[in-house]
Amino acid sequence: MNPEQFLYHEARLLDTQQLEAWLALFTDDATYWVPLEHGQKDPLETSSIIHDDRTLLELRVKQARHPRAHARLPLARTVHQVGNVLVQEEKDQLTVSSTLQVIEFRNDKQRLYGALVEHRLRRANGTFKIAHKRVDLVSSEGELDGIAILF
Amino acid sequence: MLVQPDRVHRSVYADPAIFDLEMERIFGRAWLVLGHESQVRNVGDYFTTRMGREPVIVSRKNNEEVAVLVNRCAHRGSTVCAEGRGNTERFVCPYHGWSYDTAGTLQAVPFASGYEKDKLPAGLKAVPRVETYRGFIFASLASQGEDLHSFLGPAKASFDDFVDRAPGGELEVAGGVFKHAYNGNWKLMIENHLDGAHPAWVHASSVAVARNAPDPGKPGEEHYSDIAVRQMRQNGAPDAVWEAIGMWTTPRGHGYMGDYHDDSRLVTGLGNPVFDLYRKKLIQEKGEAEADRILRVTLWNTIVYPNCSFMSQFRQLRIIHPLAVDRSVVYTYSFRMKNAPAAMFRDTVAFANVVNGTGSWVLTDDLEVYERIQHGLSSGAVDWVYVGRGHGRDVVESDGTRRGATGTSEIFIRAQMRAWLDYMSA
Repeated sequence: MNPEQFLYHEARLLDTQQLEAWLALFTDDATYWVPLEHGQKDPLETSSIIHDDRTLLELRVKQARHPRAHARLPLARTVHQVGNVLVQEEKDQLTVSSTLQVIEFRNDKQRLYGALVEHRLRRANGTFKIAHKRVDLVSSEGELDGIAILF
Repeated sequence: MLVQPDRVHRSVYADPAIFDLEMERIFGRAWLVLGHESQVRNVGDYFTTRMGREPVIVSRKNNEEVAVLVNRCAHRGSTVCAEGRGNTERFVCPYHGWSYDTAGTLQAVPFASGYEKDKLPAGLKAVPRVETYRGFIFASLASQGEDLHSFLGPAKASFDDFVDRAPGGELEVAGGVFKHAYNGNWKLMIENHLDGAHPAWVHASSVAVARNAPDPGKPGEEHYSDIAVRQMRQNGAPDAVWEAIGMWTTPRGHGYMGDYHDDSRLVTGLGNPVFDLYRKKLIQEKGEAEADRILRVTLWNTIVYPNCSFMSQFRQLRIIHPLAVDRSVVYTYSFRMKNAPAAMFRDTVAFANVVNGTGSWVLTDDLEVYERIQHGLSSGAVDWVYVGRGHGRDVVESDGTRRGATGTSEIFIRAQMRAWLDYMSA
């Protein structure tokens, strides 16, 4: 699989609600980050919309399956549209930049997000694992309704 | 009567005409928390916010005083300051270039010869009353009314707790501002923050997943995930904990509850090395007895009615801005203790993410429920909202507060509604 195809594959897992398979794309030491501020440099000294290690990311997936997860029942239907994929090969990993548009539909409400995304990928058995994913929402500093989806 | 001893008419949450009256009689009169002096430390520093419907600028006009100015040009009405924060000598209207100094006084008017000089306005409208308490900035749109100290009453103690915990009393707003919105009335959130009966239900899913998460590490061997896991688990505290937690209200609708946390990285004395360093700093400054007295104060949320909610022990402050009868936006601020070990602020940030963050496991379920309440209350088929838990069993305390018979009493909603009625019918 090439990196571009891998990103499409990842998006497809989210859009078909295969959240456990999506989680399995991440390395054990992965970080998943949706910063709060534009150009945010640090996830520890400034808050984030999401800043998870692998343990916390797994809790999000498990919560989505819980029968009393009110904001996730039903799970939102989404389209993750990946574009402008740029691949930078490094010694033992790849840095992949892309754009992301997400359409979310749940309870008669449709929402739209745009984001600049960066993946750090490691090669594994002919495919990749995600070691780090950063999603910079263009609206991150705006007044946002609660976010109960994954990007 | 829309507000009765143990019930409230649904129109209080759903009628746009009542919302309009609230903006005039509550948000147009009460002392509102606008922020903290650290946001306007130097002359010329400013930030924009709202007081009810009024867009305002909080501006450091000189070393001693903060001005609160209505963000509306005296000429044709444009806001003179873009949303945000910064430092400036002048606020210049983008439309015709009228400029104002940081106290709001009109400085220059292009095409000045076209105006009759004595008809030019003096400047931006200044909000008539501005006061601070322990570094927190308050303002009232009414030129007369009770002073800030009597307005706050016993709730001052929660601000004292907030500030006394900081070595040297030095606090600063830091770490970013969450702005999360919901399709619901502003009161729904302020009525939720002292509700110890909701976490087991609203937060059932995050409690359950956190219980199955890896256990937090021992002091000195913690994982990044520990604070989130502990916070989520503690919402699942047994009923007896919530019943015993303590709940107090004041005549102006303020209220506060005791705390139920045992997270050693966040609360006193469970052997966490960073916390021990912090405690030492407090002891150096205040002596052991006073330091331990401060650290033993255990408060969870404090409500300053109508629209501020803060966690003194965890250095979080939320301001709820009403946008419409069924739309609100909440700004959440974290505070850094400037003289505490740097690592403590990282814990504050992690705490903010899980408890108050827009993408939180916890908060998203609260927001969902506010929207579902608003949806239910839009129905005219049923008139009354019942707030009778613990009614008739309140205890009057010697300091003028009323205590709920148990920690899950709905006394705090009844107190807020009494204050609401006082503002609305005066």
